[in-house]
Amino acid sequence: MVSVEDYGQFETAWCPGCGNHALLAAMKGALAGLGLAPHQVLVATGIGQAAKSPLYMNCNMITGLHGRGLPAATGVKLANPDLTVIAESGDGCNYGEGGNHFLAALRRNVDITLIVHDNGIYGLTKGQASPTTAKGQVTKSQPFGQPSEAFNPVAVAVAMGAGFVARGFTGEPEHLVDLIQQAIRHKGFSLVDVFQPCVTFNKVNTFAWYKQRCRKIGAEHDPNDRDKALALALEFGDSIPIGVLARGERAVFGTDLPTLKAGPLARRGVDREALEKVLRSYQ
Amino acid sequence: MSDSSIVILVGGEAGQGLVTIGQLMAKALVRAGYEVAVTQAYESRIRGGHNTFAIRTGLEIHHAPTEQVDVLVALDATTVALHKGQLAPGGIVLAGEGLKTAGLNALRIPFKQLAPKAMFENVVALGVLAAVLCEDITHLEELLRASFGKKGQAVVDENIIVLRAAHAWVRTQNYRFPCMPPAPANPAERLLLTGNDAAALGALAAGCNFCSFYPMTPGSSVAMTLADKAKIMGTIVEQAEDEIAAANMAIGAVCAGGRAIVPTSGGGFALMVEAVSLAGMLETPVVFLVAMRPGPATGLPTRTEQADLNLVLYAGHGEFPRAVFSPGSVEECFHLTYRAFEMAEKHQSPVFVLTDQYLADSLQNVTPFDLERLPEIPAPLLAPSDPKNYKRFAFTDDGLSPRAIPGYSEALVISDSDEHTEDGKLTENLDIRVKMVAKRLQKGLGLAGDTVPPSYYGEDAAGVLLVCWGSTLGAALEARERLEEQGKSAAVLHFAQVWPLVEDQFLPMLEAAGRVVCVEGNATGQLARLLRQESGFRITDMVLRFDGLPITAAYILRGLESIL
Repeated sequence: MVSVEDYGQFETAWCPGCGNHALLAAMKGALAGLGLAPHQVLVATGIGQAAKSPLYMNCNMITGLHGRGLPAATGVKLANPDLTVIAESGDGCNYGEGGNHFLAALRRNVDITLIVHDNGIYGLTKGQASPTTAKGQVTKSQPFGQPSEAFNPVAVAVAMGAGFVARGFTGEPEHLVDLIQQAIRHKGFSLVDVFQPCVTFNKVNTFAWYKQRCRKIGAEHDPNDRDKALALALEFGDSIPIGVLARGERAVFGTDLPTLKAGPLARRGVDREALEKVLRSYQ
Repeated sequence: MSDSSIVILVGGEAGQGLVTIGQLMAKALVRAGYEVAVTQAYESRIRGGHNTFAIRTGLEIHHAPTEQVDVLVALDATTVALHKGQLAPGGIVLAGEGLKTAGLNALRIPFKQLAPKAMFENVVALGVLAAVLCEDITHLEELLRASFGKKGQAVVDENIIVLRAAHAWVRTQNYRFPCMPPAPANPAERLLLTGNDAAALGALAAGCNFCSFYPMTPGSSVAMTLADKAKIMGTIVEQAEDEIAAANMAIGAVCAGGRAIVPTSGGGFALMVEAVSLAGMLETPVVFLVAMRPGPATGLPTRTEQADLNLVLYAGHGEFPRAVFSPGSVEECFHLTYRAFEMAEKHQSPVFVLTDQYLADSLQNVTPFDLERLPEIPAPLLAPSDPKNYKRFAFTDDGLSPRAIPGYSEALVISDSDEHTEDGKLTENLDIRVKMVAKRLQKGLGLAGDTVPPSYYGEDAAGVLLVCWGSTLGAALEARERLEEQGKSAAVLHFAQVWPLVEDQFLPMLEAAGRVVCVEGNATGQLARLLRQESGFRITDMVLRFDGLPITAAYILRGLESIL
């Protein structure tokens, strides 16, 4: 039996009241609830306050470069398909610095889960606009208001046919645990974009702001209906739907690749006979 | 050695099939028992322009590019115009009847008569070329059978009929060109490889099972070769969305138990620089192959240069050890790529193989590699002895911590790009920081202990010492021979590894020589500066080339005229 305690308790470097605390608790709860032991899990992150998350729980991890959590997670999963691989980081990391990797991950459909701490602001660098900051929002580095349109990650994911797209809120912890578990269980790339308010730098998207707007998607929504899913994903105003927006069956990356059939790379040796054959082809 | 080589230069537009002609002829010559060294030059376009495929061949040759041409196979008028000046005395032009060859020793090929369809013109050219060299066409027939076999017997037969007719036609013609010396009776088996082929094979021999890359000439063909052999070797080859992803993906794969190579060229490598630093921090044994081309920026995308030594040497912020290999031949591309993996695993550091377009694309014959004699490469740990207390960055005497792979035991493998404690977690404890820097740099001593010493060719304390690195070895050796023939005492010191440098391995040779001349394919003498930095020995005489063409013996000799 795996319990939440197996994932440990650690002192964090986060602000009191930061949404990261609740998201960390939801992650531990989700993993333990799935019966995954810490050594069976690897979390790859980028840089930022969110990217520190795995440091505060027991698991394997690569806390790498800003924006590059997804490529590292992809490499890990291809090398060892037996690991449960999670990429976790903030909105700046995944949608700004690592935007190209986000698009590529949606296309590639490797069996990894991306958890995005989405607070619409850069926290660690002290309050600049992030890709999900609303247009017009005043920040320390955008004193005339953020001039660009906000990025809508879930709409992009739905539009690109992602197999599992969800939006969560740290103010709904049990709901969030369920979303993370569904995402991990999903075969293929899964996205959980999580609203987690920054108590220090985002004075607009506060806990109360989200609490007032987030409404759980009901049973009437069919996540397999991509048109409806897209309509829900585009809803971002007085009411913001949270829950599973889209689901779909897509071939997981590598299911038809002969090079992945030989199993985890660490257990492979050099096939001398095959290599000799390759060498002879150059005679 | 007596160089009796002849040079065949096939020239034409991209898309005309000159590479096919060149490759088949080169392969046939190797099978017949001749030595072969190919220099390819091409433009950054898919069709048109002017490309060349130069085969240097003979019983004994220098594996180096040359300027003189003995047989000019011209597929278009531009080839005649551009290269007739390079014809050696007695050299011959093989060209279609439509091309102007007035005043040249030429054999005009009636393509319309010999090729029933335009698609057979390359086979005609091959048959004519083989006949002019007095080669029989058995090997070419074998090769045509192999390459057209899939298209059916009828296509094979048609090609062979055309080849034979073209070969026979030459016998009816009057032309002046001496035959090749007869090939050895029972030639040993050899392989014909480009530098990039050899590097890819060296990687496979070293157990490389992961390659992530973003296409960039001239590095891509390493990935293409690995992809081509992936079905039989099982290598995962992933074309990433960009170079940054390629490098980070490889680091992820290595941390999870893979053995990875990231092939690229200067501009692409520049994008990977932050990931190089990550590999330094996470102590990840990842191999980068950088095939150089002239910069800055896009530069001359398909030409050659040796100007990225500084880039590779200093790539990545912060201080961490690395090794940089610079193979001097196709054979060394195999062995040093293998060694790059060995060193990366042994010293848990990023390791680089630095080649260039000339070597990457140069086909050379090599003796089949003896796989049995390759050294064992250390493997990471799947089951550390005390998994519960495993520490990825445990302090040790030599700076090397047992490297476990996550998922195979209860050990948690924690790799943080922040400065970290022994267990891998972020720390701002400055005492630990200092110890971690020392631990990482300690591994550099181990790497230096394994440095491949530079090779010295020639008499001790020679009058002229040509210092070079990477692909210029062949040209330098040929230049040395020319100098010796002129009665001058000359030697070559070639660095097949340019970092770490060990002073004792080269300073005595530099000090003993009469005149030291650095030969490099760049404009500033990057190796010369590095040698001075590391040993205090100042080299002021240099032969540098940065016009995009490979260094030849003739180029070195011309450069030496103003020095000696």
